[in-house]
Amino acid sequence: MNNKQIIIEVKNLVMKYGDLTAVDNISFDVYEGEIFGLLGPNGAGKTTTLEIMETLRTATSGEVYIDKLSVSKDREKVKNIIGVQLQQSGFYPGINLTELIHLFAGLYNVKVNPGEILEMVGLTEKAKSVYKNLSGGQKQRFAVATTLINQPRVVFLDEPTTGLDPQARINLWDLVKNIQSRGTTAVITTHYMDEAEKLCNRVGIIDSGKIIAIDSPDGLIDNLLNSGFERNEKVRHATLEDVFLNLTGKELRDE
Amino acid sequence: MNKYSNIKAMMAITRASLKSIFRNPSSVVFSLLFPLIFIIVFGFIGGGGGKFDIGFISTGDRNNPVYQKLTNIANFRVSDEPDEVLKTQLEKGKLDALLNIKVNPDGSLTKYTVEISTNNSRPEMANLCKLMLIHVIDKVNIRETEKAPPLVEVKELNVEGRLFKMIDFILPGQLGFSILSAGVFGTAFLLMSLRETLVIKRFFASPIKRKYIVIGEGLSRLIFSLIGSVIIIAIGHYAFGFTLINGFITFLNMIVVSALGLVIFLGFGFIVSNVAKNVNAVPPIANILTLPQFLLAGTFFPIDNFPTWLQPISKALPLTYLNDALRKIAFDGANIFTLPHEMLILLAWGVGVYVVAIKFFKWE
Repeated sequence: MNNKQIIIEVKNLVMKYGDLTAVDNISFDVYEGEIFGLLGPNGAGKTTTLEIMETLRTATSGEVYIDKLSVSKDREKVKNIIGVQLQQSGFYPGINLTELIHLFAGLYNVKVNPGEILEMVGLTEKAKSVYKNLSGGQKQRFAVATTLINQPRVVFLDEPTTGLDPQARINLWDLVKNIQSRGTTAVITTHYMDEAEKLCNRVGIIDSGKIIAIDSPDGLIDNLLNSGFERNEKVRHATLEDVFLNLTGKELRDE
Repeated sequence: MNKYSNIKAMMAITRASLKSIFRNPSSVVFSLLFPLIFIIVFGFIGGGGGKFDIGFISTGDRNNPVYQKLTNIANFRVSDEPDEVLKTQLEKGKLDALLNIKVNPDGSLTKYTVEISTNNSRPEMANLCKLMLIHVIDKVNIRETEKAPPLVEVKELNVEGRLFKMIDFILPGQLGFSILSAGVFGTAFLLMSLRETLVIKRFFASPIKRKYIVIGEGLSRLIFSLIGSVIIIAIGHYAFGFTLINGFITFLNMIVVSALGLVIFLGFGFIVSNVAKNVNAVPPIANILTLPQFLLAGTFFPIDNFPTWLQPISKALPLTYLNDALRKIAFDGANIFTLPHEMLILLAWGVGVYVVAIKFFKWE
């Protein structure tokens, strides 16, 4: 990050469902052009926080600003500059990918070339397929593609690699890095630590609705090591995933 | 940046939704094939035979042109049984009509009076038979007037005097039924599944305002069902001789009334999709709203045949007025402006339904 321009500002965010406090006074910033990861165990409040940022939920109190626009007051303007991938994305049944892209282009009032968008996510050959018949990796790539239709400043990806095989995960990481290289900020949630380590410039760790740490992955690891932490087991220079990828190759197995 | 247009976004939803509906076999089957099967079945029942069994009371006059004419027309089979047998046959429905032709006293306005008795347990057949008889008598009158003043007076007046076929009664009812089921079931299932598969949630993340999502979906159902209505009327008209009195104008009026009915029943569909907890709960709730209307609103039987305690219920249902309006337009040549009673009640239902629908509407 050369110049740390803040694009998302989360201020004292609180979300209560009855007695349950899902998000408990969270504040953090996301810088323009970075990939920011929200980590945390299931039920920690990741998705709720994300959905407030995406204008899909209204916070009990606190405020989120995206490019200086309030998500509660300038909802429509915010929606125009963000792209959203839901944890389980829903797409209109019975119409093909090209038609779905036209649908979203209409929803955002933009003109697009579906072929270009599908090419970017490697789905050119699936242009006439319906979403339901795609493989897991293809589905996620298509969901990411729909977030780019309005050329957003920020994309939100909620657990984009959950349930994917290692090849498809690596492929999706490349896609997210590709999006970043075009100057788009990405906010992703995940509970895979290796994913956060390889993909994110900075991560915030959420537990029980609170941010308990926020830094770059390296910074967080250094911090832990400096406190005298040592792994019990011996660190080897390869993981089982390396073995798997070495044996099965890195090519996508979508077909 | 140009101003964001919700209408443009809405039309994108309508387009996508229409494509989706047309590619879904079950929606096509339910909204088009079902009513068509009914029409075809009834079309053949009503249009085929066309022979009526009639009898003449033996004490009646036989030396008159009506008797001669009726006994010579292929449409009527005249039974020669004694009076008592004829009466039982009429009660059992084996005879469609029993006629008694009386000679009026000298100095009367007309020369003869024909009394027609029919069996009300089969009102469609009875009406049809009466209409045929009156038609014949009218012809006799016209022919005889060229010689002398009208010969015959018909003493049977609760008939709206036009020759009509079974299909003329059945088709508007089927059209109403198709509109009802397309509106309620189609919309309820669609909205429910779009909600459950998070399609609507994904729409929310785009700038379109919520109400335009609903209007866009409703519009596509409306267009689809109206296409269905056009097909039903066209097949009825060209294949089974369904009567369109003023031709295209009658057809247009039927389409306008169909659209009004659809808007009302779409509202019912919205309510069902919001009251039901999940997809499985849709059919029972939708059936509660549609089945009684289907049975009580004069789809198959005229409301006048129902017991008197049931009639007020029939007369409260929107489908009753939709069916009535469609029949009066198709058969009597009425138009939407000459049916203020039906139209106002339908409009009132429309307002009422949407007040409830908006109150119950939920997004997730």
